[in-house]
Amino acid sequence: MFVVTTLSMVMFSLGSNTVPYEILSGMLWIVIFFSAMSGLSRTFVTEEERGTSLTLRLLTKAANVYIGKLIYNTVLITSLSVFIALLYQLVIDDFQIQTQSIFWMTILLGSIGLAAASTILAAIIAKANTKGTLFPVLAFPILLPLLLECIKTTVLAVEGAFFVEAIKDFQILISFIIVMIAASLMVFEFVWND
Amino acid sequence: MKKMTLKSDYVTKAYSRKTIFRDVSFSVNEGSAFAITGKNGSGKSTLIKILCGLLTPTKGSVLLSVNEKTITPENYYPHIGLVSPYLNLYEEFTGEENLLLIKKIRGLNSGSDARINELLNEFNIYDHRKKEVRFYSSGMKQRLKYCAALLHKPVILYLDEPSANLDEMGIGIVRDAMNSEPATR
Repeated sequence: MFVVTTLSMVMFSLGSNTVPYEILSGMLWIVIFFSAMSGLSRTFVTEEERGTSLTLRLLTKAANVYIGKLIYNTVLITSLSVFIALLYQLVIDDFQIQTQSIFWMTILLGSIGLAAASTILAAIIAKANTKGTLFPVLAFPILLPLLLECIKTTVLAVEGAFFVEAIKDFQILISFIIVMIAASLMVFEFVWND
Repeated sequence: MKKMTLKSDYVTKAYSRKTIFRDVSFSVNEGSAFAITGKNGSGKSTLIKILCGLLTPTKGSVLLSVNEKTITPENYYPHIGLVSPYLNLYEEFTGEENLLLIKKIRGLNSGSDARINELLNEFNIYDHRKKEVRFYSSGMKQRLKYCAALLHKPVILYLDEPSANLDEMGIGIVRDAMNSEPATR
């Protein structure tokens, strides 16, 4: 519903105006970012609120919990991003993707990156008293490089660049994902256990 | 029965400047029962959380060995079971689904399905196994917690407020089960 509401607002505010594709690419990732954050930020909060986090801690190792949550978040955000991307192309006439391979690879890597970063952030904020305000404060500096890279490759997809031209950007996105997952696995046990 | 030793060496827990308890030492072996008593707020639940590896002591140490092999706190989970008011099950799942979920997370084999039915029968909630936990009475929830804690046949069973929410019949069921379960014999 959040996605439909946001896209409707974007569509009506643009009206018949022609907007540069660079701005439309940025807006796509803004919609994906806020849709993802509304759900992902509560990944661990619900466990804490229901008192089931203690149960999970008694059942398995911390790393298994992190990996389980990461897989769930990745599937969730990837499905959501694909839905948003399809709907966005459908309702925004000026947003025409020329190189589909670049675009869908960006959606996939961007979604995994968002899931990787927000899973550990959700674990951190679940222990804090000011859950609502802490998440955007922590998420902004961590996700900014990822989002900038995603916007850049989306622009390449709209411009009709060849796939090879985006490989360096994909390498950056893959590096972000690897670094984020590795760092999360190292710190998660401390965040989860005390 | 597996050989087991649980040893608490001068365990102290403090939050900021407030010391909850100081220098708690004891040793427990397999096949025995050990009771921790004290006033409200004296730190009994905190001590149990430390013994379960859920909290780290400010000072002192806990040593758990199973079959003469020392277990590190992060690896306590296959060996222990806990029934506690702080521990909740998933309310939107049925009693049976909760136990099947726990079975999967713990990586127990398919033979555990029979164990699930055995425990549900033992704690007299078999007829309610298909009902969502949110519709359980507090006594039934407590008995389901016992099933969850005993599913993997732990070598140590920690009971924090064991008779909470249980009526006389419930206490009787739990007492009988405690006498028959291998971990508690």
